[in-house]
Amino acid sequence: MYSPLMVQPMREELSSIGFQELRTAEDVEAFMADKSGSALLVVNSVCGCAAGQARPGVRAALAADIKPDRLATVFAGQDAEATARVRGYFADIPPSSPSMALFNQGELVYFVPRHRIENRSAEQVAEDLTQAFARELAATAP
Amino acid sequence: MGTFHQGKSELHGITVVVETAAGDVYVGRCEDEDARAVVLLDADMHRPTDEMSREDYLQRAYRFGVWNRFPRLELERAEVTAIRQLGELAT
Repeated sequence: MYSPLMVQPMREELSSIGFQELRTAEDVEAFMADKSGSALLVVNSVCGCAAGQARPGVRAALAADIKPDRLATVFAGQDAEATARVRGYFADIPPSSPSMALFNQGELVYFVPRHRIENRSAEQVAEDLTQAFARELAATAP
Repeated sequence: MGTFHQGKSELHGITVVVETAAGDVYVGRCEDEDARAVVLLDADMHRPTDEMSREDYLQRAYRFGVWNRFPRLELERAEVTAIRQLGELAT
């Protein structure tokens, strides 16, 4: 496991733009219990092969007009209990990190697995997410 | 924030599709590759005799990823006919 000190800046890349950090299973349950509106849940990770583009990609995507109402994140390899609980909400999808799950009214409507982030630029990750926001959330956006 | 995997091949850390002369297809995260072998981590495989077609298998892998059936696989390079990134498969 990587040092918490080294991981902290990677946490802050998301928490600083409004992501709620879910550190325990209870945190996850509380977040997921609210099924109103839309939510983006990012499974953060250390590996720069993908996560290095994922975080700035998410940041850029959230500049779009249509975006999720609520934002949350777990850190794979650091917060094991919370990560396992989150993955229980999309248990039929193989685990990978980083990855992103978009929920609308409590239902999983879009998922970005790790391999669709690898070797892509932050701009490409953002474009993918922005299109998903527009497609999946437009009908229920305020 | 950079990677932490210096000294590995260009495909290190990338999820790849490896095709073999026998017709088997492997999907996994490339640990390393050289003239001797391709090493995959957290990999899955599809055989020509599987109920699901190769195309459907790859389409599903592209959309969601694969389950970790093989924590580590070492494939002889001589058996490998193609390697490509899973994320670049046409949908």
